[in-house]
Amino acid sequence: MSDLQLLTGGEAVAHAMRQVDPDVVPVYPITPQTPIIQTFAKFVADGKARTEIVNVESEHSAMSAAIGAALAGARTMTATSSQGLALMAEVVYIAASMRAPIVMALGNRALSGPINIHCDHSDSMLIRDSGVVQLFAENAQEAYDLTLIAPRLAEHPDVLLPVLVCQDGFTITHSAEPVALLPDEAVPRFVGDYCIPHPVLDVARPTTQGPFAMPDYYFEFRRQQAAAIEAALPAFEEVAAEFALVAGRRYGVVEEYRLDGASTAIVALGSSAGTVKDVVDELRDAGEAVGLLKIVSFRPFPAAAVAHALANVETVTVLDRADSPGGAPPLRAEVAAALYGSGCELRGSVYGLGGRDLHPTDIRAVYAGGNVSHIGLRGASCHA
Amino acid sequence: MAELSSWNELPLGGTVGPADSPRPLTGGWRTGEVPAADVSRCVNCLLCWIYCPDSAIVLEGETFTGFDLDYCKGCGICAEVCPADAIAMVAE
Repeated sequence: MSDLQLLTGGEAVAHAMRQVDPDVVPVYPITPQTPIIQTFAKFVADGKARTEIVNVESEHSAMSAAIGAALAGARTMTATSSQGLALMAEVVYIAASMRAPIVMALGNRALSGPINIHCDHSDSMLIRDSGVVQLFAENAQEAYDLTLIAPRLAEHPDVLLPVLVCQDGFTITHSAEPVALLPDEAVPRFVGDYCIPHPVLDVARPTTQGPFAMPDYYFEFRRQQAAAIEAALPAFEEVAAEFALVAGRRYGVVEEYRLDGASTAIVALGSSAGTVKDVVDELRDAGEAVGLLKIVSFRPFPAAAVAHALANVETVTVLDRADSPGGAPPLRAEVAAALYGSGCELRGSVYGLGGRDLHPTDIRAVYAGGNVSHIGLRGASCHA
Repeated sequence: MAELSSWNELPLGGTVGPADSPRPLTGGWRTGEVPAADVSRCVNCLLCWIYCPDSAIVLEGETFTGFDLDYCKGCGICAEVCPADAIAMVAE
């Protein structure tokens, strides 16, 4: 049965990596990801995982080495945050294009500048359109579970793409909570052997990978990538159903929380969903018809599931922990597209940039009908 | 040129196998000089084989026997690295 331990999100993910025992982990340290690789490196040093850790000189090199390893035929994982992901970004696009099933733990952290080490989702949103799968955890348990689901999803024959497991920096990476770990022997059984169609080191079937594509083929390759990430939605459900049989915890691409009969709903990503749930419970106890839709898979975005879950809700407020200066914040833009024509009133608030706290009182104000463009911002004003 | 493939017919991620691309004979790119070997001087160190950027050094087993002029572009690196002066560039 499950073994309950007091672990931070970072430690929990390091345990997941130890249990998956990937062949190669090229990685460069950065706050708030560092506890993940620090804990994992100790497991390797203690002989608890057989992984080859490659201490590269930058995140650009980390992802480059990860592509080489993953395509050579080695199960490959890495981890980063913020500026590390920004430096890696060029190569993240290439990893997706080369269909390298790399699993990456992301400790979400604000992008500079000003330089800041605390949580927001601007790093994730920077690579929104790179073609990699992005799953968001609400807490340490989910970060652990999604890290076990991720290799299966990345290596799914219909997908074959990098998968990022995103956990809020500090709020999850550095906060200790009880986490139920699977027995060590259950994890290799669940993740299985690494298998990709054309490992570069298969000398019996030599291949060239990552070729140049001119105007006559580039468009077709991009469409192929789009189809692969679309396939990650049904593949997630398939893998999550199997995971539920092993772990007893069932994940979906979205989580509907007390949306039955709700007239007002919040849509959120990551750890804030936990805070919103507490407020929803409190308000439901007081008889108010409120609920939460948590997005687990931000990429691919489960538009149909979102539209279905919010079909009968009158007012939807989308909480974005990243802004898009001069445009609609990313999560709000997705939800707006998913709900287009539904007739519900759509609102949105940017919150929590650079690690600013989101308080239950802020959420109560949203449910009470407050319509604030920037929650917690000094000088914030209501929408006209 | 064969008809262009649709997006859903392309190999995964653009993986190219040996039979998937034409094999033009690039030796035609030479511009007047071609390597010539005096096999009697060759010490079979295989430096030419290591350095040749076009895999145009021909071996029999592990023994140097000559050049594959279908692919040799006449760059002269083999003549330059040969420690036994067994390779010279000559007019073609």
